[in-house]
Amino acid sequence: MQHNVIDTKDVVIRFCGDSGDGMQLTGTLFADASALYGNEISTFPDYPAEIRAPHGTVSGVSGFQVHVGSVEVNTPGDYADVLVAMNPAALRANAKWAKATATIIIDTDTFTEELIKRAGYATLDPITELRIEDRNIIYSPITTLTKESLKDSGMDQKSIVRCKNMFTLGMCFFMFNRPLEYTYAYLEKKFKKKPDLIAPNKKVLFDGFNYASNIQAVANTYTIKPAKQEKGLYRNISGNQATAWGLIAASEKSGRPLFCGSYPITPATAILEELAIHKNLGVKTLQAEDEIAGICTAIGAAYAGNMAVTTTSGPGLSLKSEALGLAMITELPLVIVDVQRSGPSTGIPTKTEQTDLNQALYGRNGECPIAVIAAHSPSHCFDAAFYAGKFAMEHMMPVILLSEGFLGNGSEPWKIPSMKDYPAINPPIINKCEGPFKPFERDPETFARKWAFPGTPGLEHRVGGLEKNTAGVISSDPENHEKMVAERAEKIARLANYIPQQKVIGPEKADVLIVGWGGTFGHLLSAYNTLSEEGRSVALCHFDFINPLPANTAEIFARYKKIIVCELNSGQFAGYLRAKLPQFKYEQCNKVQGQPFIVEEVVNAVKNIL
Amino acid sequence: MAYLPQDFKSNQEVRWCPGCGDHAVLASIHRALPQVCEDLHYTKERLVFVSGIGCSSRLPYYMNTYGFHSIHGRATAISTGMKVANPTLSIWQACGDGDALAIGGNHFIHAIRRNIDINIILFNNQIYGLTKGQYSPTSRLGQITKTSPYGTVENPFTPGSLVLGARGTFFARSLDSELALNQEIFVSAAKHDGCSVCEMLTNCVIFNDGAHMTISDREVRADRTITLRHGEPMVFGKEKDKGLILENGKLKVVRIGENGITVDKLLVHDAHAEDPAIQNQLINMKYPDFPVALGVIREVHEPTYDDRVRDQLAEVKEKSPITCMDELLRSGATWKVE
Repeated sequence: MQHNVIDTKDVVIRFCGDSGDGMQLTGTLFADASALYGNEISTFPDYPAEIRAPHGTVSGVSGFQVHVGSVEVNTPGDYADVLVAMNPAALRANAKWAKATATIIIDTDTFTEELIKRAGYATLDPITELRIEDRNIIYSPITTLTKESLKDSGMDQKSIVRCKNMFTLGMCFFMFNRPLEYTYAYLEKKFKKKPDLIAPNKKVLFDGFNYASNIQAVANTYTIKPAKQEKGLYRNISGNQATAWGLIAASEKSGRPLFCGSYPITPATAILEELAIHKNLGVKTLQAEDEIAGICTAIGAAYAGNMAVTTTSGPGLSLKSEALGLAMITELPLVIVDVQRSGPSTGIPTKTEQTDLNQALYGRNGECPIAVIAAHSPSHCFDAAFYAGKFAMEHMMPVILLSEGFLGNGSEPWKIPSMKDYPAINPPIINKCEGPFKPFERDPETFARKWAFPGTPGLEHRVGGLEKNTAGVISSDPENHEKMVAERAEKIARLANYIPQQKVIGPEKADVLIVGWGGTFGHLLSAYNTLSEEGRSVALCHFDFINPLPANTAEIFARYKKIIVCELNSGQFAGYLRAKLPQFKYEQCNKVQGQPFIVEEVVNAVKNIL
Repeated sequence: MAYLPQDFKSNQEVRWCPGCGDHAVLASIHRALPQVCEDLHYTKERLVFVSGIGCSSRLPYYMNTYGFHSIHGRATAISTGMKVANPTLSIWQACGDGDALAIGGNHFIHAIRRNIDINIILFNNQIYGLTKGQYSPTSRLGQITKTSPYGTVENPFTPGSLVLGARGTFFARSLDSELALNQEIFVSAAKHDGCSVCEMLTNCVIFNDGAHMTISDREVRADRTITLRHGEPMVFGKEKDKGLILENGKLKVVRIGENGITVDKLLVHDAHAEDPAIQNQLINMKYPDFPVALGVIREVHEPTYDDRVRDQLAEVKEKSPITCMDELLRSGATWKVE
């Protein structure tokens, strides 16, 4: 067989196996090595809810997709150039993601009659059954080779077999011409406390690399040149980590210590875990007894003068609804992060969606509007969290930050910013006042009230869920209630004067304006690029600020013949826009499958209305 | 500057029903706070009164201090966050039996378990007053209320046992009208480093009048209650003629002067005993077999949650080379693009 070295701009690799096979780690290490090599990357973990689902079944398949490029990479990619399938179930669940030209690596040791049957095949010939005979399939006895590689390591059989992901990673490193050093360094750090494991893991990685270079079967190796990136210092960052760091950054800028009260929930937990590490920066984390205590401890902390945060996912946001109303009526600063997942109820907890938008906008009793901001990429979570904190504190209001499982778990290289490039955060803290303190007296510009911390002499005041007047005295006066309702809404409307103007990518006028929000940005941008390369008259308008909408939104919409709102729900943003800006007609492109868009789905939807 | 009770009174009209037991508890708080501030060197602005929802939860409006009247059941969580955010605050919480033990039961037990340094005043009138007369988690079995027209079919909580079960470090009990004892208890609670629970047996004059009458009536109170003080023998009765002893591990009421019983043979109250076994028996004493125990029943020292948070922050800060966001951003695996 001829050995081809393929020089390519970008490649998508999908690692999949049993949820215990270490595919998330394999994928992460491959992505990190590629990022360090200078490639653009985007990653997407696709894993089951069960930690260890039944071995060898389709429901237990865990996947991790990496898109590596020498050019701009906006998404984790739709279809894979290389598919690594560690067992028959993984192959069955993922064959549909392999391109017609794909290389597929399979561990032949796992293709036993028993495991083929357990994976639910009708026959004992998975390759024919899946109609993938014409792909470039590399049949490797990975389990056997791993055992052979580590037979003198002194490790027990079970531990040896668990290293087969490292063998596979070694094979991929050969195919993609990645240096091993980064992963060596990682292994040294990971097994610092178990030094006996360092050498065997390095050996099996190296043996995998050599095996791939020796066998004739690996017909293609790929060279992906480093991307032409802007000069500077880079790091790889996931959305959840970026969210946590953005919150810490806002705390530092405001001088208000960060308090996070949260309850573990997939896929948001990593934010709490990340914050818990940074006690050195004064971060206090309280793992609460439930979601309600999460937000309520945060509200207490906000009253006491901390930058308060609670992090959650959809079902947790439901539980926090009543307390969110309390934060709103007491006009305390609070950031609520919702890393959205597939719903309703428990739904498909590990899968991504944008289905909490209506809940974020409307999910409370009474007239209770709340500011809503959305993050659009893993690294953008940093800025989104920073500005959520800034607006919450400067405008004295709760702010919901919508992230998504796709963003939270996804990662990308990020040019490290400098804190001096971020704006100051100046909460309206009051230390003394002439005459009696009126807690709900407002700033004439922002409509924000003052923040008076307990412990400040002379500013003793009471807040609470009961309607109050400006002086902070309970009032059930009808006119006062209506006035307070209007003022609280006006405060949010006025936030539009402080958020950036909405931008458009593409021509100022066109036939179709693609509209999106949140984590679909990469896919919509790729769709826009594809369409404009084909000479279509399109532009892209992607929203980070949902409530309030940027002030120039209507002016933008008026310039385009058609508007298509693309989102991972049944049309929640489209419905919101219809209510806010009813003068325009909105076409829709929706998907509610717990999966991100595929670029061509968006491309086709736009072509349909062109 | 020494404070007077009126320094803690707000200008708000108190809206509880005439004859409600909450008035007496409020008066006790107003009277206790000058001493609390004097003994602990607090200034008034350090005090915060937090509450949930219910009749007693209106209390923060009647205090001329910082206050937060929150939502049903959640006061304990709000107090917890407040204390962690600013451990120098003296946080007081007013909550009812429904608020703290039904809808807020989870927060209640976890605050106690964590030993967060807050003072919880539990107004136990064994009824839902603000919603006009439904049974609560402390209503007695068989109690007839609007939602139990044929009597309840569920057992009540004994709040003190719940506190002990949640690893409580401080529990005290009193009757609404025992103003002097209430003040004494509140001062002890304020001085206790940790989560203090003060159960106030209050009378709801409208929906559960006389719930505590069998023990609270002036005529019989001395014979049917016992006020416990650490280090003192357990004597009670109008004539101080009765006492408690421990026999085969169980409490027993005895008469002083009968069967060779003298005061020095009586059980001496040990509120500081870490083993809560006897304290639990004291908490569960019920009339007519026993006098109902009042006073500080348990007061033991354990590190508080807020202290541990503070210590851990300091310890991690000391060890970490990262002191600001810019350093954090540049830490770990990074690479340079030239």
